[in-house]
Amino acid sequence: MTPFQYSRATSAAEAVQSAGLEAAKYLGGGTNLVDLMRETIERPAVLVDVTGLSANIDEREGGLLIGAAVRNTALAEHRVVRERYPVLARAILAGASAQIRNMATVGGNILQRTRCAYFYDDEGSRCNKRTPGQGCDALDGFNRMHAILGTSPACVATHPSDMCVALAALDATVHLEGRQGRRTLALTDLHRLPGDHPEIETVLEPGELITAVELPPLTMASTYRKVRDRASYAFALVSVAAALRVEDGAVKAVRLALGGVAHKPWRAWKAEAALKDGPVTAEAFRAAAEAELADAAPLRDNAFKIELAKRTMVSVLGELAGEAA
Amino acid sequence: MSIIVNGSATPLPPDPRVSLLDLLREHLKLTGTKKGCNQGACGACTVLLDGERVVSCLTLAVQAEGRAVTTVEGLAQSDKLHPLQQAFIDRDGFQCGYCTPGQICSAIGMAAELERGVPSHVTGDLTAGTIAASREELAERMSGNLCRCGAHNGIIDAIAATFISKEAAQPYRPDGPEMAA
Repeated sequence: MTPFQYSRATSAAEAVQSAGLEAAKYLGGGTNLVDLMRETIERPAVLVDVTGLSANIDEREGGLLIGAAVRNTALAEHRVVRERYPVLARAILAGASAQIRNMATVGGNILQRTRCAYFYDDEGSRCNKRTPGQGCDALDGFNRMHAILGTSPACVATHPSDMCVALAALDATVHLEGRQGRRTLALTDLHRLPGDHPEIETVLEPGELITAVELPPLTMASTYRKVRDRASYAFALVSVAAALRVEDGAVKAVRLALGGVAHKPWRAWKAEAALKDGPVTAEAFRAAAEAELADAAPLRDNAFKIELAKRTMVSVLGELAGEAA
Repeated sequence: MSIIVNGSATPLPPDPRVSLLDLLREHLKLTGTKKGCNQGACGACTVLLDGERVVSCLTLAVQAEGRAVTTVEGLAQSDKLHPLQQAFIDRDGFQCGYCTPGQICSAIGMAAELERGVPSHVTGDLTAGTIAASREELAERMSGNLCRCGAHNGIIDAIAATFISKEAAQPYRPDGPEMAA
């Protein structure tokens, strides 16, 4: 681990000021960042601990305002989240292990980095995310876990978060504070697709800090389904966050997002458009899934994800339709 | 500028790179807590931080400033083992023993989570006030602790016997009835 200076922020403004350097990083639970620092993939000169900032969960205009320092366990066990946003509780509980969830913060979960093995293999592999312009060994490598949507020749890594997939489906907004002041952003606009610059993973300005996540009210049945290689404690092959409201036998409102398939939590806008006001049938669900995956581009080892994503979407929508009926 | 380890105040290391795990093992010579993967994947280094289970390998010691750390060395009362330690012996909850301190600390944290009503991935009704501690629930909640010897069934037996009931800790039968809370 490269030496760094550690400080603890007591306010967002102080954190932003302390992180005035390019080589500064904010520290949440550390479950990803400390690991990457130990591998010397992350080499911050300054580490600003922001776990002392807001860890409140407040009801606000029918929705929730969630402090960025809220631990994953605290969010998943919160009464309102369990009752009104089961998709979020289930997504968090499908991620990592209980120990990691006790440590990880909401802000850190959002900004965690890919678990692509080539990104981690500092000495043995090329990675455009780690060393821009170097090339990508995942393209022709062991890429069973990699992305099928929104990829580029520069990067086929996936975003590993479960929580973010639920937040994408929930129309969550992210509250930011930086040197230029405060702003809010849709979570779906926070992460970037890799394009030519996979090393730039979000639209955050240097030193900009996530201070909170806001959820609008949800008046739909919702759930999260994660498909993985083992029953627990594994990253998603494919996951689906979904919310559905059926009225008079038609889809009145629907939200869908996919995990394990792209460089960012993937909001399935095309599938939603195909479903809206349509019939509540397995055929309609399948057609919507086909529409979303039409542009999927498989690599050598991950073509199975295309059919898996479609079937998982159909299955989850069927489950919610049964609940809503 | 200190951490409370098993009830004793301990100064923070001057270098912020020191993990809580290395502080315990290398500085305090509390080698009960084990270093397995050192990257948060195996759970061998699990300790309780203010009563919550965390992996000490990914915790910087400076992050634990002013907080209470309990390691496996802090569980027994003089010569009397913690009931879960005794249950691990009685129920064959280990073979080589390397994962055991992490398993035990993790299970103590897990029992508190269950008591508090924290749901898990396999909890059917998220809004239920109390959660039945089925074998499936215990296994899911302990999935962050790997045992390469494969003593998981004995581990779950020991946890069930300690925190749930003696009746609940019947030896594992794959097709057997689920145990009640």
